Amino acid sequence: MIIGLPHYLVVSGILLALGLFTISTRRNAVAMLMGVELILNAGILNLVAFSRFNPNPVGGQVFGIFGIVLAASEAVVALAIVLQLYRAFRSVDASESAEMKE
Amino acid sequence: MTTSGIGAVVFYALMALTIAGGAIVAFSRNIVRSAFALLATFMGVAGMYAMLSADFVAIVQLMVYVGGILILILFAVMLTSHISEVSVSNKSMGVFSSAVMAFAIACILIYTAVTVAWPGHITPAQPTTAGIGNALLSDYVLPFELISVLLFAALLGGVTLAHGGPKNKKAPEAEDSNGEAK
Repeated sequence: MIIGLPHYLVVSGILLALGLFTISTRRNAVAMLMGVELILNAGILNLVAFSRFNPNPVGGQVFGIFGIVLAASEAVVALAIVLQLYRAFRSVDASESAEMKE
Repeated sequence: MTTSGIGAVVFYALMALTIAGGAIVAFSRNIVRSAFALLATFMGVAGMYAMLSADFVAIVQLMVYVGGILILILFAVMLTSHISEVSVSNKSMGVFSSAVMAFAIACILIYTAVTVAWPGHITPAQPTTAGIGNALLSDYVLPFELISVLLFAALLGGVTLAHGGPKNKKAPEAEDSNGEAK
């Protein structure tokens, strides 16, 4: 059994579907953020897997690192927003805090 | 990487770890369990980067995701949820339609991944850290600088938001003191 590009793409596709399912079903904002992280991981895995089967493997990996940095900054800002949401509404339920004002 | 034998065994072990972690994140009713299952997914993906001979990306994944993002998520879970009430902490809604959508997208992606004849240009596995360093400071120097600006903006934004913002900074304290006085 030879492990090639399709194997990694299948793993990435399954991760993306699981992340999509998490985002669309969860009502807890932190759990939705976990789904976003799953989807970002699937995308970065795709970048790195394609770069392995490219004559020049560096470009895809550089953009994978950029993706990881973007995920980190996104997580920081999103979690700060979630904390403020909790401070305002005493809940992190995304459907309970539908209005913009307190 | 066209590996066979022991490499295939390692790949399938990593695949099981990754997908089992993702499934627990998606289906668990306890949000703390979801957060810790995210650790399994991140570790499995880091192992896959190592198998793809992307050593630097694997280490960055371990340091940033496991050491940074996962800790932040755990902090947020512990700070915000009523984690003792398991049934409330991780509610779900619209499960059936979401499952149909996610399953359809997974089927399309897997079908594409399996049927398309991808170009399989295999170079021997080499460490890429030096190449990444050179590329960051030559070909990709503009995105590199932009991402440093973005990191700085995210740092400032995160601190400002979590601290309550410049305008709201005094308001909660005043409310608290009023509440105590009354």
